[in-house]
Amino acid sequence: MSQDIKDKIIAIIAEQAVLEPSDVTMEQTLDDLGIDSMGLVECIFAIEEAFDIQVPFNANEPQKSEFDISSVAAIVEAVRALVTRQNA
Amino acid sequence: MKRVVITGAGTINPLGHSVPETFAAMKAGTCGIAELDIRDVERLSIRIGGQVKNYEPDSHFNRQQLALYDRFTQFTLLAAREAVGQSGLEFSGQLANLSGVVLGTSGGGLNTQDENYRAVYEEGKNRVHPFIVPKLMNNAAASHVSMEWNLRGPSFTVATACASSNHAMGQAFWLVRNGVADVMVTGGSESMLCFGGVKAWEGLRVMSKDTCRPFSANRSGMVQGEGAGVFVFEELEHARARGAEILAEVLGFSMTADASDIVMPSKHGASRAIQGALRDARLNPSDVGYINAHGTGTAANDKTECAAVSDVFGAHADRLMISSTKSMHGHLIGGTGAVELLACIMALRDGVIAPTVGYEEPDPECALDVVPNEAREAKVDAVLSNAFAFGGLNAVLALGRV
Repeated sequence: MSQDIKDKIIAIIAEQAVLEPSDVTMEQTLDDLGIDSMGLVECIFAIEEAFDIQVPFNANEPQKSEFDISSVAAIVEAVRALVTRQNA
Repeated sequence: MKRVVITGAGTINPLGHSVPETFAAMKAGTCGIAELDIRDVERLSIRIGGQVKNYEPDSHFNRQQLALYDRFTQFTLLAAREAVGQSGLEFSGQLANLSGVVLGTSGGGLNTQDENYRAVYEEGKNRVHPFIVPKLMNNAAASHVSMEWNLRGPSFTVATACASSNHAMGQAFWLVRNGVADVMVTGGSESMLCFGGVKAWEGLRVMSKDTCRPFSANRSGMVQGEGAGVFVFEELEHARARGAEILAEVLGFSMTADASDIVMPSKHGASRAIQGALRDARLNPSDVGYINAHGTGTAANDKTECAAVSDVFGAHADRLMISSTKSMHGHLIGGTGAVELLACIMALRDGVIAPTVGYEEPDPECALDVVPNEAREAKVDAVLSNAFAFGGLNAVLALGRV
C-alpha cells in the first residue's frame, strides 16, 4: 500500500511536469519540477480523485495550508497520513 | 465630445434591496456574507456566500414573467426599475430610438441551466420547459430591460467574467459621449449561487470558508455574491434641460488586456488600465481621493492590485483611500462592478467612504489606506472603480462630482 501511494503520486506529479516517473525524485520540490500554482491545484485534484480523500489546501496561501507541499517526499507523507486517517 | 452623467441608480444585492438600503449598510460596515441557503449545500465544501436575502420572486413578478426571467434577469429588472424611476425618464419617440441598454453578466441564466441539467441528467427527464433557451441566454436581462422601458437604440450584453459590468458601463459611457445615444441604461447582474455555480468555483481552491478579508494578512480567499446594479447614463445637456438630479459624472474609462495568464493577474495590465482611465478623464493622479478596489481577498489579486496602485500613484498612493466592498457583499462576478459603483457615488455625493470590513492584520504588501472596518467621512472630487477579470481583461472607470 505504502509503495503504491508513492508510485501513484509520482505518476501524478510526473504527468503535470511532463516528465517520466523515473525522472521524479523524492527530494525535488514542485519548483524544481517546473510545476506552477495552477499545476499544483491540478495535482491536488488528481490526488483527491486517485485516493478518494479531501486535501486541505487553499491556493491563496499554499505555504500556510496544513498540507505540506515542500517536496515530493513531503506530499507522499501528507497523503499517506490522510489515507491512514480516512481508513482509521 | 459630450459629457456623461448618472441620473438614476438601482440595485438589489446582499446588503439591501435598494440604493438607500445599500448605502446604509455600507455606512454601517455591515457584512452581508452568511451561510448559503441553496439546494444540495451539504455536498459543497464552500458553504458561505453573499446571498440576496428575504427575496420572494412572486411578490415582484407574475407566473408568466417568472417562466421567462432567470434570477439574474429578475435582479436586473428590479434594479432597473429603481434606476429608471429615479431618473424620471420616459422613453418614447426619438428619445426611445436614441436610448439603449448594455449590461454585464458572466454566467447569465446559470440557475436555469443548473435546474434543467438536473432535470435531464439527474432526474432522467426527457423534456424541458419551452422557454429554457430565452431564459438562460446571457442577453435575456438586457432584452427584457429594453422591452420593459422601450429602449430601442444600441443594446447588448458584455461577458468578461469579473469585469463584465465595468466593461458594459464603459461601452455605455462611450456611446453617450460619442453622441450615438442620449441615454444608456447600464450596469450588470449575476446569480451564480447555485450548486453548479459554487462547485465550479470550489475547484479553483481560492474560495474562503469563513469570510472575505481583502488586504488583510490573514485573508483566506474570495466569497461569491449575487445581485445587480443598474444606472442611467445620460448626456449632460439632456439631463440639465429637463432639470434632472445628477448623481455623478462619468469622467473616463479604460480597458486593457494582460495577454499573459488565464488566471494570474498582471501588475502591468492593471496599472495600464488605471493610467488609461486617468488619461481619458484628464485627471492627475493627485486628483483621485478614493478607489473602489477590485479587492477580491485572494493573495494574487490583492498584492498585484496594491502594487499597480503604488506604481501609478507614487507618493499619492499613501494619501488616497482604497477599499474593497466585496468584504461586505461578496464578489458578484459579472455584476460586481455595478454594485461597487454605488460606493463611488456614495463617496462623491454623501462624502462617505465605504470600508473594507473583516480587516484584521496589516499586510506589508498591501500597505495602503484600505479604510479598515469603519466607514469614513471625507470629501473627494474624483474616484476610480477597478475591475480585473480572469482572462487578464481589465476595466477601470473614473467618476467625478458635477
